[in-house]
Amino acid sequence: MVQERKVRILIAKPGLDGHDRGAKVIARGLRDAGFEVIYTGLHQTPEQIVSTAIQEDVDGIGLSILSGAHDYLFPRVMELLKEKGAEDIVVFGGGIIPEEDIPALLQTGIKAIFTPGTSIEEAVKWVRENVKARR
Amino acid sequence: MTEDRELNRLREMMSKWMEARSKALSQNPERLPRFTTVSGLEVRDLYTPEDLRDIDYTREIGFPGFYPFTRGVQYSMYRGRLWTMRMFSGLGGPEETNRRFHHLLEQGETGLSVAFHYPTLMGYDSDSPQARGEVGKCGVAIDTLKDMEILFDGIPLDRVTTSMTINPPASILLAMYIVVAEKQGVSRKEIGGTIQNDMLKEFIAQKTFMLPPEPSLRLIIDTVEFCTKEVPRWNTISISGYHIREAGATAVQELAFTLADGIAYVEAAIQRGLDVDAFAPRLSFFFDSHIDFFEEIAKFRAARRMWAKIMRERFGAKNPRSWMLRFHTQTAGCSLTAQQPFNNVVRTAYEALAAVLGGTQSLHTNSLDETYAIPTEEAATIALRTQQILADETGVANTIDPLAGSYFVEALTLRMEEEAWEYIRKIDEMGGMLKAIDRGFPQAEIAEAAYRFQREIDSGERTIVGVNKYVTDHPPITIWKMDPQIERRQLERLAEVKRTRDNEKVKEHLHRIREASLDGQNLMPFIIDAVRAYATIQEICDVWREVFGRYSDPGYF
Repeated sequence: MVQERKVRILIAKPGLDGHDRGAKVIARGLRDAGFEVIYTGLHQTPEQIVSTAIQEDVDGIGLSILSGAHDYLFPRVMELLKEKGAEDIVVFGGGIIPEEDIPALLQTGIKAIFTPGTSIEEAVKWVRENVKARR
Repeated sequence: MTEDRELNRLREMMSKWMEARSKALSQNPERLPRFTTVSGLEVRDLYTPEDLRDIDYTREIGFPGFYPFTRGVQYSMYRGRLWTMRMFSGLGGPEETNRRFHHLLEQGETGLSVAFHYPTLMGYDSDSPQARGEVGKCGVAIDTLKDMEILFDGIPLDRVTTSMTINPPASILLAMYIVVAEKQGVSRKEIGGTIQNDMLKEFIAQKTFMLPPEPSLRLIIDTVEFCTKEVPRWNTISISGYHIREAGATAVQELAFTLADGIAYVEAAIQRGLDVDAFAPRLSFFFDSHIDFFEEIAKFRAARRMWAKIMRERFGAKNPRSWMLRFHTQTAGCSLTAQQPFNNVVRTAYEALAAVLGGTQSLHTNSLDETYAIPTEEAATIALRTQQILADETGVANTIDPLAGSYFVEALTLRMEEEAWEYIRKIDEMGGMLKAIDRGFPQAEIAEAAYRFQREIDSGERTIVGVNKYVTDHPPITIWKMDPQIERRQLERLAEVKRTRDNEKVKEHLHRIREASLDGQNLMPFIIDAVRAYATIQEICDVWREVFGRYSDPGYF
C-alpha cells in the first residue's frame, strides 16, 4: 500500500495586523493533530501568500485577520489563486469578522469562516473533513 | 511569650478547622479537582495570618506614596483625584475620530487616547499598496500634520493629556503633536501625554515592528533624551504588559517581561549618558486587567513593589519619583466573547474594579462589541459609564488600597513577585531582554501559555460563559461599519498635501533625517522640522527602512 502523504496546511497572516495568537494556536493544533503545517509569519501580502502556497504545494490555506481588512484581503487571495490555476487549494479563514460579512466572503470561494470562540477541536475537525491531499 | 502563645493558638484552631473541613468534604467533595487562577496558579481554600508571617509590613507594604509603593504611588490616591478615564479611540479618518473625542469628553471622559490604523502604526501612508483594505479600519488614518490638525481640532492641548498608542513611528507622531500644540499657541513645555514607544514588547507580542531591535531602541532613546530636556511633562515610554498578556501570557509572565523590558530601556538610556533620575520619573507602564480578580490586584501591587526595588537597588536612583511605577490599565480584550456580547459589559466591569483596587492611574474600559468591530458610540459610552459608576456609586475609591492586609491578596502579591523575579533572573542570565528576544525566549513562553489556555477551554476545564457553558444563540448586535467614502477622502487629502507643500523643502528635511540617522545625532529636532513642512509618515519611515533595514517575523509557533 502506498503511504498517503500528510495533508499540508499553510497558516497565513495577510495584512498589517500583528494579532497572531489565534493563527499560532490553530497552527499548533493542526500540527498536533498530525497535519504538516507551514506558518507564513506576519505582514504578508496576498501575492506572497499565494506564491508560498504554490511553492510549498499545500492542500489548504488558513487565513487570519483581526484588523477589519478581510473584505479586501481575503477576496484578493482567492483572485490570485484563480489566476495561478490553484483554485483547488481549500481556503478557510478566521478572526474578527462580523457575521454580516461572511456570506460575501464565502461567495469568493472561501470554504469556511471561523469566528471568536471556535475551539481548536472544531477547527481541526473541519480541516480533517474538508481538506484532502491534492495528489 | 505572647507571640508564641498566639501562634500556638492559631495552629490549634487551624488543625481543628482542617479536621472539620475534611469531614465536610467527605460528604460534599470540592466541585473542582484543582482551583487555579486564570494563569494557572494554584489557589488554596484558606489563607491565614500564617501566610503573612514572612512579610514585614513596614518594608514590603508600607504607606501610599512611600517606598516601595505597594499601596499606591500617591499619598492620597483617589481621595484627591480619581484615575483618568481615558478611552482608546480611533476610527475612520481624523474627522470621525475628532467627533468621537468631543463626544467622549462631553460625556465626562478626562483624557484622550488615540488608536491609529495599521498603515500609520507600521509606517505606511494611506496611498501605499500595503495600506490597501486597511485605511481607517482599525483606528484613525494619519498621514501628515494636516490630519493631526483635524484630529485635535477644538481640543485645547494645554488642558487635556493625550496618550498615543504608537510604536515604530512614535517619534514622528510626537513631533506632529508638538507642532499641533505650537499652532494652538501651546508650548512643548506645557503639553502632557504619553507615546507608547515600547518596541521590545512589539518583538515579543504585539508584532507591530518595522526596524530591527537595535535601531528601534536608538529611536526610542532619542525621544527619551529629547523629552527629558524639551517636553518635561511627557511620558516618554509606556512600558506595556497589555499586549504581552493579550498574546496569551500568564499574569506572572506579563509582570516579569514588562519589568524586564523596563530594565532594558533604563540601561539603554543610561548608556546614552542620561542621568537616571532625570528620565526615570517620566517612564510609565501599561497593564492588562484580566478576568481573575485577585490575581490582577496582586499583580498591580507586586509590579509597584518590584519596580521600586529595581530602580533603587539595581540602578541606584535617588529621586523617589524614579522609583514609582505609574500605570495605565486596559480591561482584557481577550476575555471578551463574540457569543452573548452583552455579557462583556459585566466582564469589563469586574476587570475595571480590579484595576481600581490595584491602584491604576488611568483606565480604558473595553466596549461590548469589540470582538466584532471598532466600538459604536453607544457601546463606547456604556464602557465609559462603567468607570463612572465605579467612581461615583460603588464607594471603592473612598479608601486607599482596601485589600491590603488580606491574607490571600498579600500572599498572592508575594507569590507573583517571587515568580516574576525568577523570570527576570533567567533573562539577566541570557544577557538581557534583547538577547532573550533574539533567542525567542519570551515569544515561546507566551505561545506555550496561549496554547495551554485554549486547550483548557476546549476541554471544559476552564469555563467561559456563553462559549463552553450556558451556550445559547443571541440576536446580532449593531456594529460600526466604515463608510467607504472615508478612504477616498483620506487619499484626496494626502494628494492635496503633497501637491501644495514645498516639495523641495520636504526633500531637504528628509535628507537631514537621513544624515542624522547615519551619524547618530538626536533625530527629534529634524523630525519636527520635517513634519512641520508636511512630510508624510511613510516618507520618513522609508528613510529609516533604507538606512537601518527591516525586521521580519521569524514566525515561531
